[in-house]
Amino acid sequence: MEKLITAYTYIGEGKVVVNKQLIFYQEKIATFAEFIKALYKQEQISYPKFYKMDSLSKLGFMCAELLLRHEKPGRFKPGSLAVVLANSSSSLETDLTYQDSIKNRSAYFPSPSVFVYTLANIVIGEICIRHSLKGENAFLVSEKFNPRQLLDHVSDLLDNNRAGACICGWVEILGNTFKAMVALVEKENDGTLKTSFGSMPFTEASLNELMNLTEKSIWKN
Amino acid sequence: MKTVYTVSENIISSLGFTARENAVSLSGGATGIKLHNDPKLYAQPVPLSLVDTARLEQNFEAILGKYKKDNKPGFYTRLEKMLILSVADALAGTPVRPENEKVLLLLSTTKGNIDLLEDRFTAKFDHKRIYLWAVANILKDFFGFINMPLIISNACISGVMALIVASRLIRSGKYQTAVVAGGDIATEFVISGFQSFQALSPEPCKPFDLHRTGLSLGEGCGTIVLSSTGPEGANSGILLMGGSVSNDANHISGPSRTGEELSMAIDAAIGESGSLNRDIDYISAHGTATPYNDEMESKAISLSKLNDVPVNSYKGYWGHTLGASGLMESAALITCMKSNRLIKSAGFETPGVSERINVITETIQKPLDTCLKIASGFGGCNAALVFQKT
Repeated sequence: MEKLITAYTYIGEGKVVVNKQLIFYQEKIATFAEFIKALYKQEQISYPKFYKMDSLSKLGFMCAELLLRHEKPGRFKPGSLAVVLANSSSSLETDLTYQDSIKNRSAYFPSPSVFVYTLANIVIGEICIRHSLKGENAFLVSEKFNPRQLLDHVSDLLDNNRAGACICGWVEILGNTFKAMVALVEKENDGTLKTSFGSMPFTEASLNELMNLTEKSIWKN
Repeated sequence: MKTVYTVSENIISSLGFTARENAVSLSGGATGIKLHNDPKLYAQPVPLSLVDTARLEQNFEAILGKYKKDNKPGFYTRLEKMLILSVADALAGTPVRPENEKVLLLLSTTKGNIDLLEDRFTAKFDHKRIYLWAVANILKDFFGFINMPLIISNACISGVMALIVASRLIRSGKYQTAVVAGGDIATEFVISGFQSFQALSPEPCKPFDLHRTGLSLGEGCGTIVLSSTGPEGANSGILLMGGSVSNDANHISGPSRTGEELSMAIDAAIGESGSLNRDIDYISAHGTATPYNDEMESKAISLSKLNDVPVNSYKGYWGHTLGASGLMESAALITCMKSNRLIKSAGFETPGVSERINVITETIQKPLDTCLKIASGFGGCNAALVFQKT
């Protein structure tokens, strides 16, 4: 059974590309916080919990939001849309913030609302809450983007009907260096899947291509 | 579809350095959780289950000799030493060759070398060692695995999830053998974090008990070798038959109010195994002894109609070991299946969850053919795994 990438979000080098369309661009990025806030405002998203999230969750949340916002409600049955994400530095960005809060015994302020984000998979939890996703989920860590690991795991989910579709990709942030690529992968059962950017098979090559979008410049119309 | 055999297992905890040693301690019923007064770990005394440092150093020295590795003093971190010992013990006596291209190493950890963020370590270790993949690379290089390790960091279900992911890769024929290792250490980072949640119990934790007062933290490692090739000899016929993962989609730090999502994972895992819910002989629960976790688990067990199945939590023995827990507890479950023994749930006296469940109060012999391991964690994640005798 063929599996296709039917939508994707790319965030990197100040650019946000959704399904081949450049939707947002900041030439000079001061901080991630400013970048993501500007994107959130431009896209007129209204989700107050967003402001409580750590950077990794904000990055993953925005990717999923831009990926799923035009989907018809009910297109995915409850439990049928899986989430598989990966990155290199896990939750290190927030680990450093948390460690700072306990460095000094005379100014010791460990906060549960920071501590909870010192787990890489919380970003998946946030996406699942937002979109009511109750199915399979996994967070993988690899030094560099490893399309083979994502492909193997996601293919198993779809091939064995553990999921009907899957959101998968890479969400990496450390300091003000960040990059994300999240794709929606679906099974092609009867030739009815349509995309605005042509047919893209779910392969290592496609994942690599999407990860290097700005180099390939395929977002330019 | 290939069959997935469990080939060997190791547990390193406060109770011992091998699965057998831990099994003996568990049968004896003594807890490894003790009040520790170590200012490097926490400003106040706190109950913890810690791995014996002197023995860790001694055993590690011996393994360096066995593997003919140079002793580079100060090179390996505490977690890396524990993981190397755990993997070495699990590989000993098996025909598994890490340099084989059909062998995959999986690492389950939530925080890796998180202690390296402390001032006392920052100057001693390369800053890259803080990355989870750096820990996996240390294992890869030590044993000579040629494939890129697969790392799972999915809160407290990491260990169970790593076993599920490994079993799927074997079943589909992508790999023949998986060496699945998990480890996490007790650090100020983790202790202060759970303390900030007011989740830590002032005494050894009491899973499922009416008077439970929160969780106890621990450290440790577990390794399970899985293979599509049946093991030779005595260590035998226990198969990993199915597994499933779900999400509550409810709250990032509180479990589901209904237990419905864990129950979904339980039913899917049992379904995949080809068994029926009534075939389950024993459940190794997550049982953290926080009010909400144990309550949610009881609801899930009840929704899956497993109310009469004997259930225990190992957290009362070696605390919550985070990314290691799923592997240590699954390894303990395997040793219980081999010896047909149900271990009493330490700390449990009076039922303290709303659904009727059958918590084990006495260590007894009972035939165990089909068993269930469950886990839940922050981020709303749940996982279930079914083991069965051939």
